[in-house]
Amino acid sequence: MSDASFLSLEKLTLAYGDTVAVKDLDLSIRKGELVAFLGPSGCGKTTTMRSIAGLLTPASGRISLDGVDITRVSANKRSVGLVFQSYALFPHLSVFENVAFGLRLKKMPVSDIETRVTAGLKSVGLSKFATRKPAELSGGQQQRVALARSMVMEPKVLLLDEPLSNLDARLRLEMRTELQRVQKETGVTMIFVTHDQGEALSLADRIVVMLNGAIEQIGTPEDIYNRPVSRFVADFVGFENIFAVEGGKLKAANGPIALSESLPPDTAGLAWRPRMVTLGSGPFQGTVRGASFSGSTREYLLDTPLGAIKAEEDAGLAAHQPGTELSFDLPVAKAARLERFG
Amino acid sequence: MTPRIFSPLVLLLVVAFLIGPFFIIVAASLSGGETLAFPPQGFSLKWVVKVFTVESFRESFAVSMFLAIGGTAMALVLGIPASYALSRYKLPFGETIRTIVSLPIIVPGIIVGLALLRYIVVPFGFNITLALFLAHTALVLPYAVRVVSASLNNLRSDIEEAAVLLGSSRAGAFFRVVMPNIRSGILAAFILGFVTSFNQVPVSLFLSGPGVRTLPIDMLSYMEITYDPSVAALSALLAFMSIGIVFLAERFLGFSRYV
Ligand SMILES: Nc1ncnc2c1ncn2[C@@H]1O[C@H](COP(=O)(O)OP(=O)(O)OP(=O)(O)O)[C@@H](O)[C@H]1O
Ligand SMILES: [Mg+2]
Repeated sequence: MSDASFLSLEKLTLAYGDTVAVKDLDLSIRKGELVAFLGPSGCGKTTTMRSIAGLLTPASGRISLDGVDITRVSANKRSVGLVFQSYALFPHLSVFENVAFGLRLKKMPVSDIETRVTAGLKSVGLSKFATRKPAELSGGQQQRVALARSMVMEPKVLLLDEPLSNLDARLRLEMRTELQRVQKETGVTMIFVTHDQGEALSLADRIVVMLNGAIEQIGTPEDIYNRPVSRFVADFVGFENIFAVEGGKLKAANGPIALSESLPPDTAGLAWRPRMVTLGSGPFQGTVRGASFSGSTREYLLDTPLGAIKAEEDAGLAAHQPGTELSFDLPVAKAARLERFG
Repeated sequence: MTPRIFSPLVLLLVVAFLIGPFFIIVAASLSGGETLAFPPQGFSLKWVVKVFTVESFRESFAVSMFLAIGGTAMALVLGIPASYALSRYKLPFGETIRTIVSLPIIVPGIIVGLALLRYIVVPFGFNITLALFLAHTALVLPYAVRVVSASLNNLRSDIEEAAVLLGSSRAGAFFRVVMPNIRSGILAAFILGFVTSFNQVPVSLFLSGPGVRTLPIDMLSYMEITYDPSVAALSALLAFMSIGIVFLAERFLGFSRYV
């Protein structure tokens, strides 16, 4: 095992009966890494996590953890923690007993259990709530109990399925910091699922973008944000002007357009964020159809022979009125180069 | 009459109709006379005392208790795993199985009793006690499955997965996190089953044989011979027992949630 593949998924295919949910997935995760699974609903994030945890047996492929093939190891022997989206706390047990549950099964000495649970509750700020039942806690507190319950087991990998989705905005920010802190303090390898690109960008060391049961792109937050490689990822992270490229030419609504610069042969598309579009000069013409002001910037929607174009300028610049003709440019140097346009 | 007066009046009549007989029985059992009659003649506790001295009542009470406790316990031993399977797994014909399990509630007891006697007890020479035990188990099973299923459906299944990920086996998860959380449902099922079995007449009627009778059957045959108020006294005592059990169940479990 190299350090780069503490947890690795190889050609993993996951199915529910005849429905294939995840196909031929390959992924390697380093020890201590904080990885985000990002993707639209139904793309297979939960399914992948459940298979890592051992709750779903792969149709084919291999999972290995810390140098051991765990594909056939049962869920209760994997040292993988999972924090459920629904928390899944045990309603009949106190907060303390919820957190102690796994330790008691390990037949750990009672005094050690006491110490660990107390420390675990302290680290999530719930020391005062040890004797309460889960039903007597807020959603955020329940979530923290679930986190502590998994953490005290000192799992090799901790999986979190949408850990922040049920929280309000303020608590979400708080828990984000909390998660990051716990992860840095303990050095646990962590994978979390999210729908929210902001969350993924701000928390993760690496982001895995999934679509239709396959990985679209893996990269650092910078990679994903600045250098999306597929149309889907570009769209997902806010590149709103996306064009296919064929034979080195841009495929626009009014036909192919030759580009000023030559592109690598594997270029399948180009994408620009609204603020990458140059307004007021350039080879193309468009009519302002709509404008909206958002504080620091103005956003324009242009009708052009290439199709609709979204552009953005500093609000400090003079506004362009709807109906005006404008010249504009799509600078190839700034564009994200897409390798896939499916 | 305006609906405003009419509906409370109807309600009152319904209530009187439901609990009236109960008061009549209680009154009749406190009678000082020699025959079962209402209004009672005089007042005496002698019939209540007599109940405890009738040998056959004592024996049939023991039989009924055995059937109600044993049969219900057996129904739960079968019903809890069945409910678990029905609520957690997508079984082929799951709905059909659920319907079949509920059949004894729908099919008249007379028919169940006759069928058991004619096609099982007689041809196979079944022991009467065993036949009664199996019949009561079967009668209580639908209630057990219903009530336990209701609690299971209120319990999220992901807590079992959580328990497994914390190191428990599948079976361990059932005993550690499922059972404790459906405990009150199980108790409710037990009480409902107990009362149903204890008050059961038609099936027991066919299966009661020489020497083995349930209490309600014994009361029937007692009345055919002796028409004194001790049957009323016994009925009143049994009614108080049922009321007491249901009251305690409601008080401690919120029984009405399950029934
Ligand atoms: N128990 C199941 N039986 C059959 N199909 C399922 C089951 N669970 C999920 N699926 C299917 O598998 C696919 C992936 O589902 P999964 O739950 O992994 O998505 P997800 O990425 O977690 O979505 P979300 O963001 O909505 O939670 C979906 O198409 C879904 O319909
Ligand atoms: Mg999911």
